[in-house]
Amino acid sequence: MAVTEMREALNQALKEEMTRDEKVFILGEEVAEYNGAYKVTKGLLDHFGPKRVIDTPISESGFTGLAVGAAMMGLRPVVEYMSFNFSLVAMDQIISNASKMLYMSGGLFNIPIVFRGPNGAGPRVSSQHSHNMESIYAHFPGIYVMSPSCPADAKGMLKAAIRCNDPVVFLENELNYGLKEDVPDGDYIIPIGKGDIKREGKDVTIIAWSRAMGFAKQAAEELSKDGVDVELLDPRTLKPLDMPLIAESVKKTGRVVVVEEGHFFSSLGAQVSESIYSNLFDYLDAPIARVAQSENPMPYAANLEAATLPSVSKIIQAVNQVTYRN
Amino acid sequence: MASVKKAKTESIAREKLVEMLEKMLLIRHFEEASIKAYQQKKIAGFLHTYIGQEAVGVGTLAHKLPQDAVVTTYRCHGLYLTLGGSPREGMAELFGKVTGCARGKGGSMHFFSKEHNFLGGHGIVGGQFGIGIGAAFKSNYDEDNAVSFIFFGDGALAQGTFHECMNLAALWDLPAIFICEDNQYGMGTANSRAIANTDIASKAEGYGIKGYTINGMDLQEVHETMKKVVHETRTTRRPALVHMKTYRYFGHSVSDAGLYRSKEEVDTYKLQDPILMAGQTLMENKWMSEDDLKALQKKVRAVVQDAVDFADESPEPPVEELTQHVFRDEVV
Repeated sequence: MAVTEMREALNQALKEEMTRDEKVFILGEEVAEYNGAYKVTKGLLDHFGPKRVIDTPISESGFTGLAVGAAMMGLRPVVEYMSFNFSLVAMDQIISNASKMLYMSGGLFNIPIVFRGPNGAGPRVSSQHSHNMESIYAHFPGIYVMSPSCPADAKGMLKAAIRCNDPVVFLENELNYGLKEDVPDGDYIIPIGKGDIKREGKDVTIIAWSRAMGFAKQAAEELSKDGVDVELLDPRTLKPLDMPLIAESVKKTGRVVVVEEGHFFSSLGAQVSESIYSNLFDYLDAPIARVAQSENPMPYAANLEAATLPSVSKIIQAVNQVTYRN
Repeated sequence: MASVKKAKTESIAREKLVEMLEKMLLIRHFEEASIKAYQQKKIAGFLHTYIGQEAVGVGTLAHKLPQDAVVTTYRCHGLYLTLGGSPREGMAELFGKVTGCARGKGGSMHFFSKEHNFLGGHGIVGGQFGIGIGAAFKSNYDEDNAVSFIFFGDGALAQGTFHECMNLAALWDLPAIFICEDNQYGMGTANSRAIANTDIASKAEGYGIKGYTINGMDLQEVHETMKKVVHETRTTRRPALVHMKTYRYFGHSVSDAGLYRSKEEVDTYKLQDPILMAGQTLMENKWMSEDDLKALQKKVRAVVQDAVDFADESPEPPVEELTQHVFRDEVV
């Protein structure tokens, strides 16, 4: 156990899994000689050599397709997108090929690939580098979707993703790479589908993941000063959702706020809310409140960027709404 | 027939030629049976037949070794049968039966065979290039001396994936053979209306690899030239681009009446029919009598009839299969 940055925790997971299984390799833009645009792959080229740590041209559709073919023939690729926005260029490969292959081949060809990289808004990068892709990939059967909010989870979840025999979309966040905390050494695995309570509380459940969990934590601190006891639930795996954990928490608090960076309409948060309404309606004491990005592309201007994203004050306002305070 | 040229016979032994003729006949009869079954409403959805293009797949894949991989388009039945895929399982797949090669879940466009490294028929034009170079990448990774056969139509030349994957294959020395089955139409659009430069083999130059142009109606030319190409790719690990000039006698799919081309054009190609030409060569060389040919046709017809009967009698997938094979690892 040592205090470790998120990028280093991810690096440990990659290094350990590549050491454990020589079929695992990583490819993507700048992953090798540049040591990763965000240094997640730092040192891997020196350690494993160019056969297994591969710089690609700017050719997402091509190298993603390559990974699908390699996976069909028995390799276990990890595909890094420098930004998940660039996965849009490769979406036909991820959805039409990777996610459907096992099914349309009647069970003959499974696709053990991890598609990973930073998701969501970076700082001041405007409209085309700031998409949140979770609801899009989660829509299609045949892909697992995971998104860690802290270094320890990042390590344990990425190791589980690499060992999975199916496609996993693994969504990191640029602004979380520098987060630090204790990370367990060695074989630390967080199974796909297991959420986590990040803070126990009895008054209201805030469900959030990835960077939104950071805002939720701050909001919980503020609210505790006012005597509101917030429970923080991180689903960690976004598809499938850990419904038993969500049910346990909702039954306890009866009040839910869902926080996400993605847009409001047709989002993962909308799905979380629907799952709660359909399965746990009788336990709710108030309608669910949702905090999400407003319905506009990401603007460049600092004030507008701040206005569109979830924030501590928006979360506090939502908690006030579901607890009928003020 | 005047236009049927006397083929070069030296390079292919009689046995090999008979074997390839039998495969072409199997494909032809299988596809004809599938059209009939479609008309009887036993097959639905899309049905793209390989009739007219048989020599391309059969002549090329004669050089496939067990470790090699093959990937293609939705026009996939012919290659599946060429590789030794079961006609019964192929027909059952078309009929949507659980005994099909993809358990009735893939249908006409998605035939697969793990045993033969047949990585599928794929429904998105150009979507299979990456899969093909991925198999070639794996061969280098494992150093198993395999090559990867990537079949695609002329319509895919206008897709970005073609160019991306040609670039990656050439850049990384991936042993992939890009085989363009140019049947001259991307659905109803003549390739002169879709491709800026219709000298397809010349596109290889842009990637620093070799390009070849082959008469895809001529089994022996396909077989001989591909022998060289496959050997070269296997030994040098350099990719290659092959332009196969071929023709489909039927529409793009069974729902296409083919009104964008003349009867005369279709008839011209039928005179160069690969099966007709191969049979003629065998008979001219007295390697096969007319009776032998009839016996071969009878044998193949029986195989196809058996496949149709098998498909007819097979059960549909049980409803429990609906949600099976979504994931290999189910998360509880």
